[in-house]
Amino acid sequence: MATVVTVTSGKGGVGKTTTSAAVAAGLAQLGHRTVVIDFDVGLRNLDLIMGVERRVVFDFVNVISGEATLNQALIQDKRLENLSVLAASQTKDKDALTEEGVGQVLGQLAEMGFEYIVCDSPAGIERGATMALYFADHAVIVTNPEVSSVRDSDRILGILQSKSKRAKEGGKVYEHLLITRYDPARVENGEMLSKDDVCDILAVKLIGVIPESKAVLKASNTGVPVILDENSDAGLAYGDAVCRFLGEDLPMRFVTPKKQGLFSRILGGGD
Amino acid sequence: MALFGLFSGKRKTSAAAAKERLQILISHERQNRRGPDFLPDLQRDILEVVKKYVSVRDDHVSIRLDRAGDASVLELNVILPEN
Repeated sequence: MATVVTVTSGKGGVGKTTTSAAVAAGLAQLGHRTVVIDFDVGLRNLDLIMGVERRVVFDFVNVISGEATLNQALIQDKRLENLSVLAASQTKDKDALTEEGVGQVLGQLAEMGFEYIVCDSPAGIERGATMALYFADHAVIVTNPEVSSVRDSDRILGILQSKSKRAKEGGKVYEHLLITRYDPARVENGEMLSKDDVCDILAVKLIGVIPESKAVLKASNTGVPVILDENSDAGLAYGDAVCRFLGEDLPMRFVTPKKQGLFSRILGGGD
Repeated sequence: MALFGLFSGKRKTSAAAAKERLQILISHERQNRRGPDFLPDLQRDILEVVKKYVSVRDDHVSIRLDRAGDASVLELNVILPEN
């Protein structure tokens, strides 16, 4: 049985695709056969973040409509042998994603032996987003410590709890909260919601706090999932989050301000 | 910065304001979400009926469903104009 993990948020630009790429790569790194699917039909970007944009021949919608087989459309990652990518279509409209079609593709992926199917949800609560979460066993809610993101995350939680397949069958989707773009110094100054504030409001178990980091842009510039950058705090924080997702109990890192030296305090700046 | 903070007393931070606003808003939105799907339609229909007899403003009719034990209470609130 494959486990379907949907990465979702409601709001756009909070780091869903960065997180999908990182979580999928992290699971693959730990030896799990993983596929990551872009559900953002019309506006695909996962291929770019994964660095496979020049290798996309067929996409998710081609497979659903029978124009290509899954084997033709799956892109094997060149860094991690356990990782494959299924790109979204650039041209077709969102209605191409049908419950039946998506269900069939997910079933086929499970038959092929994938342990984890990571679904990168588009922003919003339209078809692409509802399809991405419909089959979810687990949901990773990506939230920035900012009012509109937190509110939208709560709306997405409501949809998970009422419109997902598991909810409709009387069950429950496992929910995990991931806070991104966290700035511990601003939290300490009372300028940003703390991780505990966000957890209190959303009442979801926290699996990770990703600090605001230059490494994230660098990773997307070069098409390498940030989790593979083991010299970066964001990469390490994603690594921890994946371990917590798998049930490990680890202390949170990078949630207190970096100690500034006397010189950098006098000269100002820092990073 | 830390020193100024010491003397300025307990001024509320913007993060605290954000938390407070979110808690109020989200608890309200969750309450609406828990209600059955027909509540908005019921509210609209009741408003139409009331309007046939008195002129009330759209936002002066509120409806909510509360569950207490094994009973549900449908609460309807209509604010009538003074005259």
